[in-house]
Order: sequence, then C-alpha cells, then structure tokens
Amino acid sequence: MTPFYLFAAIAVGASLLVIAQRNPVYSVLLLIASFGALSGLYVLLDAPFVAVIQIIVYAGAIMVLFLFVVMLLNAPHEETHYDEQVHPLMRPGPMRFGALLALGLVVELMWALKRGAESGRFAGGAVSSVSAIGRLLFTEYAFAFEVTSILIVVAMVGAVLLARREGAR
Amino acid sequence: MTPLFIAQIGLTLFVFVMLLSSAAGMVYVERKVAAFLQQRLGPYLVGPKGLLQPLADVIKLMFKEELRPRAADAFLFALAPVISATCAFAAFAVVPFGGDTTLLGLIPEGLRLQVADVNVAILVVFAIASMSVYGIVLAGWSSNSKYSLLGGLRSSAQMISYELSYGLALASVLLVGNSLSLTDIVNRQAGAWLGFIPRWFVFVQPIGFLIYMTAGIAETNRAPFDFPEAEQELVAGYHTEYSSMSFAMFFLAEYVNMVTVSAVATDLFLGGWQGPFLSESFGWVWFLLKVAAILFFYVWMRWTLPRYRYDQLMRFGWKILLPLAVINLLVTAAGVLYFGA
Repeated sequence: MTPFYLFAAIAVGASLLVIAQRNPVYSVLLLIASFGALSGLYVLLDAPFVAVIQIIVYAGAIMVLFLFVVMLLNAPHEETHYDEQVHPLMRPGPMRFGALLALGLVVELMWALKRGAESGRFAGGAVSSVSAIGRLLFTEYAFAFEVTSILIVVAMVGAVLLARREGAR
Repeated sequence: MTPLFIAQIGLTLFVFVMLLSSAAGMVYVERKVAAFLQQRLGPYLVGPKGLLQPLADVIKLMFKEELRPRAADAFLFALAPVISATCAFAAFAVVPFGGDTTLLGLIPEGLRLQVADVNVAILVVFAIASMSVYGIVLAGWSSNSKYSLLGGLRSSAQMISYELSYGLALASVLLVGNSLSLTDIVNRQAGAWLGFIPRWFVFVQPIGFLIYMTAGIAETNRAPFDFPEAEQELVAGYHTEYSSMSFAMFFLAEYVNMVTVSAVATDLFLGGWQGPFLSESFGWVWFLLKVAAILFFYVWMRWTLPRYRYDQLMRFGWKILLPLAVINLLVTAAGVLYFGA
C-alpha cells in the first residue's frame, strides 16, 4: 500500500504545483513528474504495458512538444506591474473560471465514487498482456480506434495547412 | 536475505560500476583508435600505454571550477545533467547480458544476468530513450545562451525525428521475435541454420539492423550526427556553459548511452550471449565481445565520416529512413503472417 500512497501523493502534489508556477517551463516539468507517478500507479495495477505507453506517449512525446512551445515562446517579462504584484491565480477572471472547474470536478468525483462500488476492480491479468490489449483494440474497440486515428490525421492535416499558409505569405 | 537476493543487489551495483568504467574505458579507446586512424600515437604518458589517461581526465574535471552563467536558471541548470546521466544508466537496467549463472556454485538457484526482468523491456528502452531528450533540451534552455539553446533545440528535433525510425526498427524485431521481452528475444536466436549460420535476427532483419544502428547513432548524438555539439557553428551546443563535473555528467551520459545502444543492438540482432564454444554461464563473454565490436564501429564511424549538414540530416531522417522503416515493418509483418513467427 505504501508505494500507492507515494505515487498518488507525487501525482496529486505535482499536479497542484503545475498550476501554482509562474514559470511555464516548471509547470511542464511538474506535469511530467505527475505522469511519471501515474505510470508508477499503472505498474502497481499490474499493467506494465500501459505504464510504459504512458511514459512514451505523454511524458516522452507530447510533453516534449509542450516544452518546445513554452521554451520558444519564452516571455517572462510580458507582464505588467499589476501582473507582477498579483499571482495569476488570484486575479478575478481565473478565479471564477477555476471555481467553476473545481465545482465540476467535485460533481464528477461524487458521481464516480457513487458508481465506483458496482463497477468493481479491474481484472489484473487482462491488461498486462500486450496481445490481449491488441486483440481488444482491433475487435471490440476497433471503431473507437479508427475514429481516433481519423481525428489525429485531421489534426495533422490542419497543422500542415496552417503552417503552409504562413510560410507562403 | 537469501543468497539470491544478495547476489541480485551485488549484480545491480556491479552493473552500475561496470557502466561507469566502460565509459572511462571508451574514452581511452576512442582516443587510441582516433590516434590510430590518424596515424598519431594518442595518449601514452599517463601510466603504461597511457592506460591511466581516463583517470587523469576525471581528476582534471573534478578539480575544475564549477561555473554557472548569471542569467541561468539555477535549478534546471543543475537538474539537466542529472536527468541525462540518470536516463543513460536507467536504460541498461532492463538489458540482459548473460544467461543464468550460479556464480560457480556460490548460490543455489540460477541468477539471471539482468538487473530487472521486465516483460516489456523493449518498450522500456524506448521510453527511457525518449525521456533523455529532456536533459539536453533543459540544459540548452536553462543556460540562457544562444549557442546552448540552438544546440538543445537541434538535438531535440534530431532525437524526435530519429526516435520514430528507432521505434519502428524495434517493432519489426519484436514482430520476428514475437515478444517484448529482451530475454525471450535472445533465447529465440539460439542455434544455427544449416549448422553454421547463427540464428541471429540480423540475418532476418538486415534492413532493420541498419535502421536501428543509424537511428541509434543519431539518438546518441554521435558523429556523423553530432549536431547538438557542432563546434564550428555552436561552440559546444547544449553543454557550452557547463564545466567541471556537470560537464562530465553529460560526457558520461553520452558514453553510457553508446554502451546501452550497443548492448540493446547485441540483444536484438546479434544473438545476445548466444555463441559457440562457451557454456551458457559464460555467455557474457560473447556478449562483451559483440558489444565491444559495435562500440569499435561507433568510434570508427566518428573518425571516418564528416558531419552532415543539418538539412541533410532532417531530409535523411524523414524522407529516407522513416519510409524505409515503415516499409520494413510492413514487409516483416507480412512475412510473419505468411511463414509464421
């Protein structure tokens, strides 16, 4: 049980710190730490494959992209005097939006906890085998899988189109 | 505290120390081979045949002053070399380097010569390779210097581009080996065809091997793909501002990464510890010989080929290597379907 609390504490703590940073580079790094802790939780659930995929896809690929963007848009001195006095989270706009999100989260958590009892535990062995995951992905969840791939292709085409238009001037 | 458990801890420490000393050894070999290829003598003053040269280098690095640019981000500046070195060492944990051994009868059960037997070892190697980008990117960014930033960006672009081909080459091997575990893959390569051709996957996957080695060299930022530290343009790339031991950690990470890539290549394509004449418990001798051969090849490449241009590197990665890797994967998949694994 101790590793669970360790990883859970890291995941929650790092996620909270993500939004409490002034420097976005630190936010990105803390998010990576949070993903790492999540991957540790997957290992505890007997799902090493999912754990490694979590690292490869989120921590290794997506967050590198985030870091790239944050680093290249490196603009710590864009803030006015007021911005420097008041922490970004303490401003009225973000506070109201954050309160709304927090309310949504509480409702979702209540709902999830209420129905959590009947859904029961994961069957441990089922998620650890790569071939089982592959078979499920290409039979039962084939539609969702293909739709996701179309979504990604659309995003890629869109990104290329946007980049092209800017390049051609 | 069973003997096996103690042996396991000993093995972990042993692997760590061996990786450290292999990096030191590689520095010596690199200088000697470079000298040989350029018809020089290389280091010969410190110790017999200059063998203590790496030690002298380490002492020199330790006693240098630790400098940090005033505008640097202190925490990340210190963190970056740690990430690099940690990733370099961590990847080797899942690499098996020998069959089961009883340490000449010292322990009752056989000890697998591998720090952690993970059943998704190939993916772990890939995941740690993708994490090592952070060390370089953060080093470049936190130094707050234009050379470092350019070096860091270049290197991350390069590593991301070649990671795809690297992953696809790994995928084609795991299709042939029908497993994600490196131990299983090595065991599948036992024996020989027609009595004399070893069943190494390099003969089944010659293109996969070439792609893996090319992408591996690019991943480890070695010549002819050593753009992050192209000294004519970028001084020293991402580690321009680093000195003393933090520089040494990047240096260490580079050499340990080379050893890891070579070790994984040996396990995937060259039959790991399988070889004639020696019994299973002495298979690690074969493993060491094969890794040493690949490492020599690495050094040989560095001092033979000039550095590419950056646009050539990107074009090669995306327009030649990646399509080749995809085609190789498709052909392999079709072959596995047709002939059976």
